[in-house]
Amino acid sequence: MKNTKIIVLAAAVAVAAGCASMTQRDDAALNAKALELMKASFREQGIAKLDRLIQDDVQRLCSEYSGDKTLPKDVAERIEKAEQATIKYPADGKYLGDWKNGERIAQTGVGMQFSDTAGAAAGGNCYACHELTKQELAFGTIGPSLYNFGKIRGYTPDMQKYAFGKVYNSEAYSACSNMPRFGHNKILTEQQIKDVVALLMDPDSPVNK
Amino acid sequence: MRRIVPAIFMAAAAAAFAQQSNTVQEIEKYRAALGDGNPAELWEARGEAIWKEKRGPKNASLEQCDLGLGAGVVKGAYTVLPKYFKDSDKVEDLESRLVTCMVTLQGFTPEQAKKDPFGGPGKKVAMDALVAYITAESRGMKMSVAATHPKEIEAYELGRKMFFFRGGPHDFACATCHGVDNQRIRLQDLPNLTKQEDARKAYTSWPAYRVSQGEVRSFQWRLYDCFRQQRFPELEFVSPASIALTMYLAKNSNGGTFNAPSIKR
Repeated sequence: MKNTKIIVLAAAVAVAAGCASMTQRDDAALNAKALELMKASFREQGIAKLDRLIQDDVQRLCSEYSGDKTLPKDVAERIEKAEQATIKYPADGKYLGDWKNGERIAQTGVGMQFSDTAGAAAGGNCYACHELTKQELAFGTIGPSLYNFGKIRGYTPDMQKYAFGKVYNSEAYSACSNMPRFGHNKILTEQQIKDVVALLMDPDSPVNK
Repeated sequence: MRRIVPAIFMAAAAAAFAQQSNTVQEIEKYRAALGDGNPAELWEARGEAIWKEKRGPKNASLEQCDLGLGAGVVKGAYTVLPKYFKDSDKVEDLESRLVTCMVTLQGFTPEQAKKDPFGGPGKKVAMDALVAYITAESRGMKMSVAATHPKEIEAYELGRKMFFFRGGPHDFACATCHGVDNQRIRLQDLPNLTKQEDARKAYTSWPAYRVSQGEVRSFQWRLYDCFRQQRFPELEFVSPASIALTMYLAKNSNGGTFNAPSIKR
């Protein structure tokens, strides 16, 4: 009786293992097929070329580990380490720009769409996802509230540097974050990121009022 | 003075909250007011006329088109789409099925049939009108996409993959905005389209008359414009990827009562 149970169990484990590797193979084949389908279904338009469908490691892994699949800790650490290495801090060592410009950047979402013109300055569209100031009521909730960002964390050089890095490449701090990698993917310039950091970290900024 | 400061602060906070909920309430009121007289009805009427009109090199109407429930059946057809069609050996949504029928029944070339997918300022197109007419004929009926044929199942699975596919300069996927409950972009509520309840509510409200654009927008347009905002290249009209993604979203909305063309901001 015991033996039968063990054999049945062993068989079940073997089947489950077989299914798992099978599923993995099927999944990889499905990913490849989906990419093929997308390449045949999108066309380049204006500034948006088809290379936008080619994923880097972060995009590929974060697509894979989404929905029902949770991101394994070691993969998360690997992503964060690799992305950390991409951050280019300002050569002058200054992180704070003009918070008033930062506010304008936070308000606008223009840029990089196929309907946008090449070379035009893009926005960060921070308010789409974050609360920042009490003056702007139309804020989204995809990201956490950043109201009083500097006031709560302290106006230290370390915190300025962290804020710069986070805006530059959010994946370096929180793998598979929904936040775009504004510096790494050249959405915002270094000066624009400094202005956004000032919005978060300048004591005079309405974020900290 | 010390008492006044918190009072002012609280009044400001209350005002901020009130303004926010007022905005949402006002939009709801506006929708309700317009709901009785949705301009989409003009598209529906025009679409019915186009459906019955003899057009194309074969000088034939679309009245014998099989939209999924048999030749000529319009009532309820939208609730079973996308669907596998034996004659074309493809999974087709409403728009791609109309293209197929324009080619087979009316003798248009596929290029001609796909040429004007969306209307715009000063440009009325047949496709929008046909979509408005046919979808309106499913109003009040329950979504029931079968997704049982192997090609339908495959389309669903590929659509799901697309939904979670992150790409472009902003790393966005559909799931970035539509994969979590109770989130907003600015003041706009975002449905979690991976869940039945939200998918039902969202999918059954398209097509829609967009007040801001003065046009009836089809589901194909909805996807096209989502990908523009996602910073992807241009999603081609009735492309296989667009149909796969529609299959994923339509099936997730099964059981929901179809209520479109609707009216949106």
